[in-house]
Amino acid sequence: MALDRNIAPVIKDAIDFDIKLKPYQHFVLDNQVEVYTYEGGAEQVMLMDMVFFAGNSYEDKNWVAAATNFLLKNGTTKKNAFEINEAFEFYGAHLSRNCYNETATIALHCLTKYFKEVIPVVSELISEANFPEKELQIYQQNLIQRLSLNLKKSDFIANRFIDEYLFGIDHPYGKYAMQEDYKNVTLEDLTAFYDTYYKHGKCIIFMAGKFPSDMQELLNKHIGQLPLNKKVIADVTHPIVSAAQKQYSVVNDASSVQGSIRIARHFPNRHHPDFAPTQVLNNIFGGFFGSRLMRNIREDKGYTYGIHSYIQNHVQQCAWMISTDAGKDVCKPTIEEVYKEMKILREELVSEDELKLVKNYVLGGLLGDLDGPFQIIARWKSYILNDLTDAYFYNTIDVVKSIQPEQLKTLAEQYLKPEDFYELVVY
Amino acid sequence: MIQFDKFELDNGLKVIVHQDTSTPMAVVNVLYNVGAKDEDPQKTGFAHLFEHLMFGGSINIPIYDEPLQRAGGENNAYTTNDLTNYYCQIPAENIETAFWLESDRMLSLAFSEKSLEVQRKVVCEEFKEHYINKPYGDVWHKMRTLAYTNHPYRWMTIGASLEHVEQAKMQDVKDFFFKFYRPNNAILVVTGNVTTEQVKQLAEKWFGPIPSGAPYERNLPKEPVQQKSRFQDVRADVPLDMLMMTWHMGGRLDENYHATDLMTDVIGGGATSRLYEQLIKVKQIFSSIDCYHFGTIDPGLVVIEGKLVKGITMSVAEKAVLDEIELIKNTMMPTHEVQKVINKTESLICFEDMSIMNRAHSLAYYELLGDAGLMNQELVKYQKVTPELIQQTAQQIFQDTNRNTLYYYSKS
Repeated sequence: MALDRNIAPVIKDAIDFDIKLKPYQHFVLDNQVEVYTYEGGAEQVMLMDMVFFAGNSYEDKNWVAAATNFLLKNGTTKKNAFEINEAFEFYGAHLSRNCYNETATIALHCLTKYFKEVIPVVSELISEANFPEKELQIYQQNLIQRLSLNLKKSDFIANRFIDEYLFGIDHPYGKYAMQEDYKNVTLEDLTAFYDTYYKHGKCIIFMAGKFPSDMQELLNKHIGQLPLNKKVIADVTHPIVSAAQKQYSVVNDASSVQGSIRIARHFPNRHHPDFAPTQVLNNIFGGFFGSRLMRNIREDKGYTYGIHSYIQNHVQQCAWMISTDAGKDVCKPTIEEVYKEMKILREELVSEDELKLVKNYVLGGLLGDLDGPFQIIARWKSYILNDLTDAYFYNTIDVVKSIQPEQLKTLAEQYLKPEDFYELVVY
Repeated sequence: MIQFDKFELDNGLKVIVHQDTSTPMAVVNVLYNVGAKDEDPQKTGFAHLFEHLMFGGSINIPIYDEPLQRAGGENNAYTTNDLTNYYCQIPAENIETAFWLESDRMLSLAFSEKSLEVQRKVVCEEFKEHYINKPYGDVWHKMRTLAYTNHPYRWMTIGASLEHVEQAKMQDVKDFFFKFYRPNNAILVVTGNVTTEQVKQLAEKWFGPIPSGAPYERNLPKEPVQQKSRFQDVRADVPLDMLMMTWHMGGRLDENYHATDLMTDVIGGGATSRLYEQLIKVKQIFSSIDCYHFGTIDPGLVVIEGKLVKGITMSVAEKAVLDEIELIKNTMMPTHEVQKVINKTESLICFEDMSIMNRAHSLAYYELLGDAGLMNQELVKYQKVTPELIQQTAQQIFQDTNRNTLYYYSKS
């Protein structure tokens, strides 16, 4: 029989998949530091991700949290910056640090066989960092130069401003550093922040991959004896002060050939019942390559290389963001089309067919996202840090499987109103 | 060690299967042996524009993405100077959907005028976003034209100019397709929760009936050995001065490839590299500096690029880099420094091999080089590199007559 290429092969709907989040293992070190692990994978590699409650929410002065996080790798009482880097790199290990709003992380990627060689150095960094003056000075100088470069980029400016309009320049989610902020930070600021939020700070550890057989003993020996988790970290709350004006147009570079467009509104955090169903609506709107924004503005009109919408991943309060860079002469029609797509979602029911496609796409993607030990622990990490359990995971799946066009329309009516959105173009 | 099976269909399509039962997913990867280097010098950017058109509908399926998404799959593609690679990840139970989609667009595209018109615009916006509207966005355009006089690596995959992309015609699209997108010019790799038997049956069913094309005889102009050091000044509206130097190196199958790779890592790969320690930390001449290489199949370039600390002159910066180069050439490096970069490479390989997606990319790439099994020999080749070999390689590559230097000055 001849092959009929017009007929698609039979598929199993992803909504019929039984998707499971594999459980973590958990233990507590002598100093009460909690450790969450997921062991698996074919390669002899592992990840140790240490989360400290040391994000920029805890700083009194701009940029202190980020600078402390970065520079704690640049000198201890025993080693200079080069020796520290060498101690990791010689074993092919990679130690990265990242500072966020609530938390800051120190993440070690290494070959399983070398974990015992590098874990003592990690321990040294969180107990004996000493912030040499020269390291701070070089870092400041290089960051000021990097900032001067970034300030030339319209997308960089747009990302800063839209967060400022949403949350306010004094809020951890809205603030950003300028040249003076870099200059104002002193060694005393770093040392004090380090002492409170790292050396005597609150820490949670996430691990994944293949572990050496004595992993727990090694952790207890090198991390479990440190003075962590002794003091309760005071809760910090920052009021959100949103801008009164909603529309902005900024000329950063008169010769620019594109504009960076950001359109955003406030959105509740993951604990709100609308969060999970709105993720489905967001996918239809601008959340993936087959979304309406992408099909209309890129694939039909060719105004941009890409347009995306997403819900920002914040703990306190989120924002729903539409983001694109479009040709200078088509920025205005691009924005009009975004609002037009909102209107259609408010006024017309999504077809069963389109909804089914998005459900399958989301669930298939979820299956792929949980493929591998690092992915599984990352999912757990995000839940644990947001005070969620796997009930959230299974609830989200139920919501995706069961949501109906009427509910999506109600959500669109509530959340996709143009008057709620901040709108910015940076040329 | 990555296990795989290999077979070939009658129409010349090579098929590689790697089974991993620990995942519920599968990856279907189709590599076409065509890249920007195969373009007509008057029609550059075409391989990449063409990659966009591959999503604009095929002969029997109006929209590529939709059925794939419906089956819970995701896809993407990339174009380099050497190759074009398409891949999708899909729940293994729905793998036949990927075969159906990929085989239909190998059979024939729909050649829609609308798709061509829109994707020309999309690629022009991509060009603007990455190469015009960014500080230093044109630096590679300038360096490639300086370093290559003859070989098609002298243009970037995005194209030598916006005009080339804007002028693409439907006839060009058709010619390109039937010249390069034939089963005998492609490699299909399937990884994940599949069996070789299953892939054999699906490949025969969906790809088997596609006619093969005339074999593509690649006959690219060779780059003559550079005889004299070349320099170029650029002044642009950027905040910082930048220095970029390149030297010609061997191709991917050159016997010194692994030594070259490790050498660039020693010189400028990360926080313990020589350039970082000496020129950023100790001498504070650069605010950022890196050394890397193209890794291209045909002879590529070793690159050193850095942004100068404000107040440092270009000649001071250039001399500082060249002093480090002289050191590599004239002094044997300590064994532990070589061991370090070998260990880093071992780690890199292990982390890369974690996902079935990367395994699929690698198997396809090494098969393009001649044998997918090369993938499993890489680490051993790195482990054999000695300080002596790195020094010899440095002496060969870092000759002044082999150097191209771009002084990228800030106007302000």
